[in-house]
Amino acid sequence: MTAEPQIAANQAEEKRTALYERHAALGASFTDFGGWQMPLKYGSELAEHRAVREAAGLFDLSHMGEVWVTGPDAGAFLDYALVGKLSAIAVGKAKYSLICAEDGGIIDDLIVYRVAEEDYLVVPNAGNAATVAAELEARRDRFTAGGNAEGCALRDASAETSLIAVQGPNAEAIVLQLVSDEHAEAVTGLKYYAAVQVEAAGVPVLLARTGYTGEDGFELFVANDRAAELWDAVRAAGEGRDLVPCGLASRDSLRLEAGMPLYGNELSREVTPFEAGLGGVVALKSKEGDFVGRARLQAKKDDGVGTTSGRRLVGLRGLGRRAARSHYAVLKDGQKVGEVTSGQPSPTLGYPVAMAYVDVELAEPGTKLEVDLRGKAEPFEVVALPFYKRQK
Amino acid sequence: MSKVQTGLRYSEEHEWLDTDAAPAKIGVSAVAADALGDVVYLDLPEVGSELTAGTTCGEIESTKSVSDLYSPVSGTVVEINQEAIDNPALVNEDPYGAGWLFTVEVTSEGPLLSPEEYASKNGGEL
Repeated sequence: MTAEPQIAANQAEEKRTALYERHAALGASFTDFGGWQMPLKYGSELAEHRAVREAAGLFDLSHMGEVWVTGPDAGAFLDYALVGKLSAIAVGKAKYSLICAEDGGIIDDLIVYRVAEEDYLVVPNAGNAATVAAELEARRDRFTAGGNAEGCALRDASAETSLIAVQGPNAEAIVLQLVSDEHAEAVTGLKYYAAVQVEAAGVPVLLARTGYTGEDGFELFVANDRAAELWDAVRAAGEGRDLVPCGLASRDSLRLEAGMPLYGNELSREVTPFEAGLGGVVALKSKEGDFVGRARLQAKKDDGVGTTSGRRLVGLRGLGRRAARSHYAVLKDGQKVGEVTSGQPSPTLGYPVAMAYVDVELAEPGTKLEVDLRGKAEPFEVVALPFYKRQK
Repeated sequence: MSKVQTGLRYSEEHEWLDTDAAPAKIGVSAVAADALGDVVYLDLPEVGSELTAGTTCGEIESTKSVSDLYSPVSGTVVEINQEAIDNPALVNEDPYGAGWLFTVEVTSEGPLLSPEEYASKNGGEL
């Protein structure tokens, strides 16, 4: 056995969420994620994974960033700063988007909520939150140069905002328990990728029907000083509904089964949206004005990057028992044709799953490849993503 | 905190060795099992194979990672735990009992730690 890095992780001095004491009291093992001490798991990560698929799981995601963009020009500014057309989001809806560098590389993937006509909430990943906030500042200064700087104000609320997710088939019943009868319809009627401001157990929250697990579920943005109170209320509402606190280990296996990319694994500065299968997020057609990265992204699209040239992100199914892991080489006839970005045994499906970048000509589902599993080539097959899709 | 069982000796690589058993019994510590996460696959040495202390003799795969197994002793493998191969969760549930890995007819031992030494080094609890 070789020692695992988690053994020493508890000693490191890192940022703690407002719910840290709750996690410690539950006996969580912690891990560093984006500079934060986050619960990796409370008991068995497989049990936590199954709870989300079969009942409900409760996650602390307070390490995620929250940047508010407000003012009459907020939508137009985000159209310039990000690759999507955010001005077209209806009030109360959300959109998955990307912030790219001038060369087309991905700086982060984001969810953007339009909370009110002139209020947008941008949610970057924990490890990128400071970078995204700084990048938005720089782009705002360029966007407003010589114009109205008050038209789109930026406020990084990451340090004062907590985020709790309730995910799984029982999530709606649990959230319903937290809101008053008059708000019940706001919950049951809330569509996927929509959000509404309500009180949950008396605590003001932005309640979003979003998630990263492949199940129905909610994410609740809440002020730090009310987070523990809300966490306790959600746990109480989860009694009798098999709600289980879940750590980042199960979050990772759930999102992998759901075929969702993770920044740092599938997405990076070295990857363009087209290679990652996210070309549809880039609004080259529907946006008339310039946006950061537009010229290079257009050129890459014209070159067929990710479709007829270069590499492409694919799903792989292991035909043996052993799992591929991040950075393992993908082979065809003994030659390296790609690299695994994420991989592990799928708890739900019972076979190994992985995501990998491979040469585009090998990206067709059904293609037989191998992965170098520590010196031994094991058979894998390209399959369509996601690996797991819930029954509606 | 993960339990470190007394009455055993430990390798730097987190295997435990029970030489009160005959032949000697080997497994991985609770410290290691807890750090690995849920074990999903075991690749153990073949019965009859010759092991050299301090060298790899198999793999232990969890949801998150795969790690080498090192033999804490030299000798011949007598038996492997088929129940743990069929149900690797035993390594997490009962690392010092039903989750043992294999037994060895020992010819020599590698460097080993007392439970106290191992616990103080790895943050375990006696």
